[in-house]
Amino acid sequence: MKARVYISLKNGVLDPQGKAISHSLQGLGFKSVVDVRQGKTIDLDLADMDRDAAEAEVEKMCQQLLANTVIENYTIEMLD
Amino acid sequence: MTEITKDIVAEHGLTEDEYADVLSILGRTPNLTELGIFSVMWSEHCSYKSSKKWLKTLPTEAPWVICGPGENAGVIDIGDGQAAIFKMESHNHPSFIEPYQGAATGVGGIMRDVFTMGARPIANMNALRFGRPDHPKTGHLVSGVVAGIAGYGNCMGVPTVGGETNFHASYDGNILVNAMTVGLADTDNIFYSAAAGIGNPVVYVGSKTGRDGIHGATMASAEFDDDSEEKRPTVQVGDPFTEKLLLEACLELMATDAIVAIQDMGAAGLTSSSFEMADKGGVGIELNLDHVPMREEGMTPYEIMLSESQERMLMVLKPGREEEARKIFEKWELDFSVIGKVTDTGRMVLTMNGEIAADLPVAPLADAAPEYDRPWIKTPPPTILKGEDVPEPNDLGDVLLKLMGSSEIASRKWIWEQYDHMVMGDTIQRPGGDAAVVRVHGTKKALAITTDCTPRYCYADPEMGGAQAVAETWRNITATGGKPLAITDCMNFGNPQRPEIMGQFVGCINGMRRACTALDYPVISGNVSLYNETNGTGIYPTPAIGGVGLLADYSKMTTLAFKSEGDVVMLLGDLTGELGQTIYLREIEGREDGAPPTVDLEKERKHGDYLREMIEKGLITAAHDISDGGLGVALAEMAIAGNVGAEILLDTALPSHAALFAENQACYVITVKPDNVEMVRGFALAEDIPLHIIGTIGHTDLKIDGVLTISVSRLKNVHANWLPDLMSRPGSE
Amino acid sequence: MKAAVIVFPASNCDRDLKVALTHSMGREPDMVWHGDSELPDTDLIAIPGGFSYGDYLRAGAMAANSPIMREVVKKAESGTPVLAICNGFQIATETGMLPGALLRNAGQKFVCRDVDLLITSQNERFVGGFEQGEVVRFPVAHHDGNFYADDDKLNELEAEGQVAFRYVTPDGEQTDEANPNGSRNNIAGIYNKVGNVLGLMPHPERLISDELGGTDGKRFFDHLVNSIV
Repeated sequence: MKARVYISLKNGVLDPQGKAISHSLQGLGFKSVVDVRQGKTIDLDLADMDRDAAEAEVEKMCQQLLANTVIENYTIEMLD
Repeated sequence: MTEITKDIVAEHGLTEDEYADVLSILGRTPNLTELGIFSVMWSEHCSYKSSKKWLKTLPTEAPWVICGPGENAGVIDIGDGQAAIFKMESHNHPSFIEPYQGAATGVGGIMRDVFTMGARPIANMNALRFGRPDHPKTGHLVSGVVAGIAGYGNCMGVPTVGGETNFHASYDGNILVNAMTVGLADTDNIFYSAAAGIGNPVVYVGSKTGRDGIHGATMASAEFDDDSEEKRPTVQVGDPFTEKLLLEACLELMATDAIVAIQDMGAAGLTSSSFEMADKGGVGIELNLDHVPMREEGMTPYEIMLSESQERMLMVLKPGREEEARKIFEKWELDFSVIGKVTDTGRMVLTMNGEIAADLPVAPLADAAPEYDRPWIKTPPPTILKGEDVPEPNDLGDVLLKLMGSSEIASRKWIWEQYDHMVMGDTIQRPGGDAAVVRVHGTKKALAITTDCTPRYCYADPEMGGAQAVAETWRNITATGGKPLAITDCMNFGNPQRPEIMGQFVGCINGMRRACTALDYPVISGNVSLYNETNGTGIYPTPAIGGVGLLADYSKMTTLAFKSEGDVVMLLGDLTGELGQTIYLREIEGREDGAPPTVDLEKERKHGDYLREMIEKGLITAAHDISDGGLGVALAEMAIAGNVGAEILLDTALPSHAALFAENQACYVITVKPDNVEMVRGFALAEDIPLHIIGTIGHTDLKIDGVLTISVSRLKNVHANWLPDLMSRPGSE
Repeated sequence: MKAAVIVFPASNCDRDLKVALTHSMGREPDMVWHGDSELPDTDLIAIPGGFSYGDYLRAGAMAANSPIMREVVKKAESGTPVLAICNGFQIATETGMLPGALLRNAGQKFVCRDVDLLITSQNERFVGGFEQGEVVRFPVAHHDGNFYADDDKLNELEAEGQVAFRYVTPDGEQTDEANPNGSRNNIAGIYNKVGNVLGLMPHPERLISDELGGTDGKRFFDHLVNSIV
């Protein structure tokens, strides 16, 4: 069983890297760029188990370690 | 089995003659793994085949040298049973391809070289050369290289205390990233790489082995499948966290007496580390590659032997000490694996999956490594340019401002503020001075460290430039009050198969030899980086020199900052007024010609020894050597650092521009309390040293009578702003 | 007085902190390895700077979940003073001992330099050796020191006097130029509600003698030791 966690900064939290990427893209001529927010993905390879149980476990991982909920949002995607 | 064709041999960088030697050593055709091993062992990088003949002519001995070139790093005695261990190494090509990781792994590699010998690294430095400031790639490269050095060194908790940075068009296609590390060890606990003790276990520690950095030439081999590209990243990624653990684990094991020999797996990884250990010890080694910790599945012996994965070490332990050592590495969560043993066969035998993967004689392979006497031609001697040969400018104040804000002279604060230069709590002279000074923890002693080279001098006159680079490090250490003890060198040049490039190499070595001999300042370690060329254009010859000196009592250290109003400013040495190859000529006249400043090594020694004696007597309040930009820039730098002005009166027959901006060698600006002036002059007179009173510290302007008056704050601004301005241009992130 | 310095893999200011504490206490602190689940009996817990676990995932995240930190949190709750510097501050926010979070510096670069700090609120134990409103100088050296708390939390910190240090000019003015990392309200250090936990990005342990460039750090530690004794 595989799971993918997407982590991004909450709206309202300054994202200097996103800002820099946006700046560079505009410098390269991509005028359509209005704003950029960057984050990270974490791919988890889990032992075979019930899908719901797995998702609950990943949820706990996010709360405890993978995301800092003071500043970050996360979403979980269960794969295959 | 892959058939060894002419093409495969050529792709491994071996000439026909070299391959004929391979056949005669083995008495048979090598297999691919064996060919790969020959290829890396006989590469320029590992064998020094073009440079060895000349490197051998450098002085490497002095009573205080414990270990000269040939080991992982050089070792000098600094008294009280303590040793300083240091080396500088290049990571040029990888840093051009991927500036962050290239620079980071360069820093990681040089730190491993130093702690392999039993030293805790206490300071890092780096010598960087980038292309012209307005080249489209320069901003991106500066930003990446600096962040990479910072990312690795900061995490390791070793302060990066300074270095140097040049910008010039000759580096547009080949930047130079030379990293230096200085470490501290006890003289009775230094570790070497010669394997010994038949039957002793050979142990692999650190990170796992992956397919990092395997030589690109092998990509064509039929053994690899279609997705080879995906499998073979040529960029190595640094992991400073693992290296920090490796450092602590190694030092913990080194505090026991379990280690017989240890060697870092640097360039050419397991191949060069195992061969060097066996060759130095005059023994054989047997390795079972099944036991090498691997990060990826299905790795072949060829890949395992040639991988350049970072943060790995090879050790020979005393018999029966494996478990004790294993416990230490497991505590630090690092791989530890016994992968072989020392034998008396004199052969390197590799097995995998129960089969022999390679069987090579150690000594013949090492002894037969090629050594070339490449043809060379001497660089034609340039002409000395005097003040009269260069038109005088209208406004010398404008000139000084322009020079202070020029690419060579402007402040490097933007760079060193990204380096943690204070961690370990012993940095007592931070970046920005002549040399950085770091205390020897818990003692009154300190080490002064600097890197220097003026490539434009080396290009115009390699011999003079080579001598000047060595002399400048010696002066920079002297200006802090330190006694210069030894150097490491990083020899960066173009293609040695071109006689004019080889002539630059030979010239620089000859100049370095003269300076090292005259200053009693041997070479104890170093590295050579050749083929720094793009489309037939080589870089300026760049023999970067890293110097280390000792202050017996750091409370006597001097800095370049002007201290108190009323102190008397003096010039130690004579102004020659030669303007060839100066920053003045380049920035103001747009010319890069003429001879570099004449280096008089006898004067260097005499003036420097005198200054050090005066500093030791506590008579000097500030000292700064004259280099890029001449006397005018030296005075401005001292005023900026002290945030106070000075009034200077120049009593000279030279035209003002030549007096102020000639880059005279063997010269220092010093300041002295008024009460001590007569004493300082007395000592100078007794030793026939030229010493001139040129002014007094005070007020908020730098005033040079009848020539210029500029506020220190204005000088400070132009000096500070150039690099941040360059780096805030679009595309510099 | 007894102090304990917690050491994680790739902590790297642990020795500097030990040196500073030893100077002020006249005896060495206990160096406690992260793998230990028990803390020695101690009057002060200090969490040093560095790159615990390589700053991988988020600075301080992995260390915050180590067994020893559970013990530290317990001791802090029962009143033991805790001093958390730089990476220690990041770890303390990750455990929830201190509010807020430390983001990547606004300038995106690692920054190492001396900064001027305003002593913002009175906390006898930690800053009783300074005058309120005094400007002191410690160095910063970090990549992730940009203090963030949402508006409500920020207002609460200000109202409760939990802001310990602010980045200011040498004259004590709170400006953007004086802020090295983009921290909200120029916050360089904060207390927990009770006032027994101090987290700060700057390194007082780095300026403890004239040859190092200043002695404000020594004043900080001397007072801290005296007030605990």
